[in-house]
Amino acid sequence: MAEPRVVVIGAGPAGIRAAQALVAAGLRPAVVDEGLCSGGQIYRRQPANFKRPYEALYGFEAKKARAVHTTFDDLSNAIDYHPETLAWNLSGNTLHLVRNDIADTLDFDALILATGATDRLLPLRGWTLPGCYSLGASQIALKAQACAIGERVVFLGTGPLLYLISYQYAQAGVDVAAVLDTSPFSGQIGALPVMASRPSMLAKGLYYRAQLTARRIPVHTSVIPLQIEGETSVSGVRFRTGKGKEQQLVADAVGMGFHLRSETQLADLAHCEFDFDEELAQWAPVADVDGRSSVPGVYLAGDGARILGADSAEITGELAALAVLSDLERPVSGQRVQKLRQGRERMERFRRGLAMAFPWPAFLARGVEYDVLLCRCEAISAGELRSSASQCGAPELNRAKALIRVGMGRCQGRYCGHAAAEVLADMRGESLRDVGRLRGQGPVKPLSCNTRMKVSK
Amino acid sequence: MTGPGNNKATDVIVVGGGIMGASTAFFLRKRGHSVRLIERGLVGQQASGVNFGNIRRQGRNLVQLPLSNRARGIWERLPELVGENCEYLCTGQLRVSYDAEGAEDLETYARDAREHGLDLEILGPEALRQRYAWLGPDIVLGSLAPQDGHANPRLTGPAFGRAALKAGAIIEENTEVLAVEKTGDDFEVQIVGGDRFRAPAVLLATGAWAGPVAARFGEPVPMVSRGPHMGVTEPVPYRIKPSVGVKTRVPGETVYLRQVERGNIVFGGGMRNEVDLEAIRVYPKPEYTLHQLPLLQRVLPGIEKLRIIRVWSGIEGYMPDDQPVMGPSGKLPGLYYAFGFSGAGFQIGPGVGDVMAELIATGATSTPIEAFDIRRFAATA
Repeated sequence: MAEPRVVVIGAGPAGIRAAQALVAAGLRPAVVDEGLCSGGQIYRRQPANFKRPYEALYGFEAKKARAVHTTFDDLSNAIDYHPETLAWNLSGNTLHLVRNDIADTLDFDALILATGATDRLLPLRGWTLPGCYSLGASQIALKAQACAIGERVVFLGTGPLLYLISYQYAQAGVDVAAVLDTSPFSGQIGALPVMASRPSMLAKGLYYRAQLTARRIPVHTSVIPLQIEGETSVSGVRFRTGKGKEQQLVADAVGMGFHLRSETQLADLAHCEFDFDEELAQWAPVADVDGRSSVPGVYLAGDGARILGADSAEITGELAALAVLSDLERPVSGQRVQKLRQGRERMERFRRGLAMAFPWPAFLARGVEYDVLLCRCEAISAGELRSSASQCGAPELNRAKALIRVGMGRCQGRYCGHAAAEVLADMRGESLRDVGRLRGQGPVKPLSCNTRMKVSK
Repeated sequence: MTGPGNNKATDVIVVGGGIMGASTAFFLRKRGHSVRLIERGLVGQQASGVNFGNIRRQGRNLVQLPLSNRARGIWERLPELVGENCEYLCTGQLRVSYDAEGAEDLETYARDAREHGLDLEILGPEALRQRYAWLGPDIVLGSLAPQDGHANPRLTGPAFGRAALKAGAIIEENTEVLAVEKTGDDFEVQIVGGDRFRAPAVLLATGAWAGPVAARFGEPVPMVSRGPHMGVTEPVPYRIKPSVGVKTRVPGETVYLRQVERGNIVFGGGMRNEVDLEAIRVYPKPEYTLHQLPLLQRVLPGIEKLRIIRVWSGIEGYMPDDQPVMGPSGKLPGLYYAFGFSGAGFQIGPGVGDVMAELIATGATSTPIEAFDIRRFAATA
């Protein structure tokens, strides 16, 4: 039998650990990376001539970041690495790649999708103003470019990233005006015992929180965000405190995000079955504990499969690779698999705690006012979605897309899809599961009309 | 959608809620007939909702022009009939060619079409460049149909469905037909879940899925199912008014595009996709998009600066002679067909509805449709 062709999409912690395990078993995988260089988003590297030390870039995670980077660098002769390459489509066992407008194909026997995640966002009056960023983008600006999104910044949303990034900005010397968390503090206390499954992670969270307090940065919980203010760019934030008092903050930038959402377009194009995850309040490709999808030969790892975080991504990346090897009838250490599965289970428990501490504020999405822009690409307001959907009859999200254009633009619903589903479900008095999910369509990201097929291989 | 009354017998049952079925139901109501439309999914969801959106008479086989002209009249009156214009723009349809053969075909067609009430304007390279500065330099001849244009397919089928409902039709969506049988003078249509509906007339308008049903009535047809390959770019300022298509004798070189008012450029052509009739899915082949790109650049060089944001397809039934199956059954009185529009059904859709309603209601139609009779396959199939 010819050497099996294994392709890994993504070079974050999941993709890197998957590649490492495949190489250790004597295979030569291809790794396709949309990034300029490996590391993914969480361990994104700075440009070549930037000199900040690991400790400054990654804080407590410096050791992990270094380990992940070194692992990948050591693999350079043992893998086929495709940086700056978008896997824009997939058909059968052929992956379609594009780099600098040159298209190419890559056939595979096994495919590991380690495609990561992006911020889950909510429409809010003023959220389209220049100066309003996602939490992830705020962090990337700091990590990769040593830039802040503004001079006086408000961080808004919920989830562990909210505190981490606020801390990182404060640490970098940026004036953090306030941290506005939509989750109640009581939930965070209540979740502590569950989150004790990962004591060091919990300790870090508490440390970030304490650091914010020590720097006298106001942290508000149970917040109802009302508006991001500004004429031509962000000038402030208006919100209601948990006690019902309206407050106004002056700021020139806002970073917002409500946990993450998996990037699942490739799994969709690979015909993977999806199911609605009630706990995460999002649709996810179905996978077994080792990452096997419903499609033979397609495996899922990291946050692209399920939002469990960077440490878990290292585990599920390796697990998916071992599942590939096992399905290829290569020797796999059962002990190692057991250990990884246990690690994954611990991450699951911690994630449950996080979901308790920082619930997805569906009520905010459902309560978005009529004239607030919901779908940015197509300029559809929440009210337009409501009234058109009731007039024209849209029993599910794809029909709403067809009739009203919501989720039809450049982002293909990746940024507005969650809120659109909430609004539609609210309007129909139904659950998120009932209104379904936007079907994935190629290309995964916009494809230049100047794309040309590679001449010869 | 559901209807007002729910008595089990109507004058007509329409099976299939594409633009053909929905507009037939609408025009039947205009003639005072009671009608029940049964649709497996949602109205206008399949081929009639995902096609390119050409409102094009030019280029059609000449025998289709009377029907196509009748349809054009309906497109013009859309707001008054169904309450909205479905983004219909009467901005012209331009066919262009790159070589002498293509040019000859355009000129011949223009001569012939005039006798059928379709006036086309032949434009040389100078005139083309003057009017449409964005066209590619290889184009040697153009043929403009000033009274053609384009519309939004996603909106049109559902608009006819809602209008039919408002006019009193019973619309059963998410309802799958199990069996259609003739019992006595009536047809009995049984749906999944057990309900049975009766009517003296049935129209089968189930597109690419019509073949097996027609075969069961002893009228098999050699229909092939394919999916056109479509795509759309990000929006740019609205400049390209006419819908544009390439006329060529080279197989696979056909490409067509139109710009919608909000700026996106919709395109299609080149190759057709394999489809899965059973799963009701078609996955557009990525390589077909790559195949389209040089074709698009040749007709519209500026497009290379844009990006494609979405690609799609739909499931269409193609007949070997590219003519639809439309008219009465040759075997069973009361049974009618309207399917197999061979990738060119959207523009004539409302006309098909008007004609089928006329035919079912009066037994005859003022628009000639003999060329589309299912009996033409009786000898071969």
